[in-house]
Amino acid sequence: MKRWFLCLLLLVFASGAFGGNALPGDSVYQFNAPLVDQDGHAWHWADRRGHVQIVSMFYTSCTMVCPLIVDTMKITAQAAAEKNDARLGLLLVSFDLARDTAGVLHGYALRRGLSPAQWTLARADVDDTRKIAAMLGLQYRQLPDGDFNHSSELVLLDAEGRIVARTNVIGRVDAEFVHAVRKALAEK
Amino acid sequence: MRFAVFLGAMLGGVAAMAADYVPLPGGTFNSVLPADGQNAPARIAPFAMRAEPVTNAEYLAFVRTHTAWSKDQVPALFADGAYLSHWAGALSLGDAVLADQPVTEVSWFAARAYCEGEDARLPTWYEWEVAAAADAHRTDARADPAWRQSVLDWYGRPSSAPLAPVGGAANVYGLRDLNGLVWEWVDDFNALLVSADSREQNGADKARFCGAAALTLQQKENYATLMRVAMLSALKASDTTRNLGFRCVRSL
Repeated sequence: MKRWFLCLLLLVFASGAFGGNALPGDSVYQFNAPLVDQDGHAWHWADRRGHVQIVSMFYTSCTMVCPLIVDTMKITAQAAAEKNDARLGLLLVSFDLARDTAGVLHGYALRRGLSPAQWTLARADVDDTRKIAAMLGLQYRQLPDGDFNHSSELVLLDAEGRIVARTNVIGRVDAEFVHAVRKALAEK
Repeated sequence: MRFAVFLGAMLGGVAAMAADYVPLPGGTFNSVLPADGQNAPARIAPFAMRAEPVTNAEYLAFVRTHTAWSKDQVPALFADGAYLSHWAGALSLGDAVLADQPVTEVSWFAARAYCEGEDARLPTWYEWEVAAAADAHRTDARADPAWRQSVLDWYGRPSSAPLAPVGGAANVYGLRDLNGLVWEWVDDFNALLVSADSREQNGADKARFCGAAALTLQQKENYATLMRVAMLSALKASDTTRNLGFRCVRSL
């Protein structure tokens, strides 16, 4: 009887630990904000808790390094996981709020062959976009002609929203970063 | 009559509590950070700036009504471990901290939240730079070697000395303590794009920054201001330091 009770107690504690996890203090999901994806669906930043994600920021009319950022995310995902592995999310947040409407993001995803099963192209409001960049440690600045200067970096979020790796290797696979993606997927 | 005195006292009380904001005209301004990365001047819309940095007492009043920003509750995402570490308690300053010293050990997120509570926002770099370019008599004193030297002299002072209370000499706009007391957050600290990497003119740098080019710094002789840009651009949004405070602005 006593042992049975102990087992029950253990079970309650264990399920508590796995079910009602407190969010880590340094999780980016301590922040929440509404976003809209390339299909026009509204979602919230913290909805992504539970998914490993590679995140970066970009704008669709950028002709220089941004296409390379997208390519690098693609080849990094291919190197780290099976094709269209739903456990690994690829998220691009635009900072071009004037031009990158949901429709424009949709067209860009189609043109670049970014499967909606794995890719999310999103926009937030002007204030939350600045906050998202600040949390991720990314920099961007609008130029008078409407273009942007911005840092080119991939950020890896584990399932709890902690930044576990980042790379500014663009145009080829960063082996260390791929290793970190695999590790985050294995821990999930 | 008694009512008028009472009303006067009320209004006086309100005026003493609300922060003093000073209007600035904006306009075009030759920033150390050209708008296009080359030589385009900054265009600044009219705005009003807090005459003084936010003090410990003012920030304490904010934390008391927004306890999510107390140091025992704020998540590490929004403020590092040194957040308000000079205060005796989560909701008390203690004896070592003066009410009218500028609040420091505050993160960008915290400074932003405070300004929102005052129906204001953090200044952009351009707004801060144009305001701080003034001295007591001129709106732009930057070409004066004596002005530059006075700013540099402050940088050179040891940071271990206790911070003076706010309320230094006013510049021509009526703004105080922009130079000589604390460093101050700007809203677009992560848009200044000046890092060790961006100064390297090699292929790796071109891939690191998307866009025409990473910003180039102008007015290299004005390194008093450039040092501030370098310091701000090196910060993370959750960072706090004992010499970094803030003030707020409102668009007009």
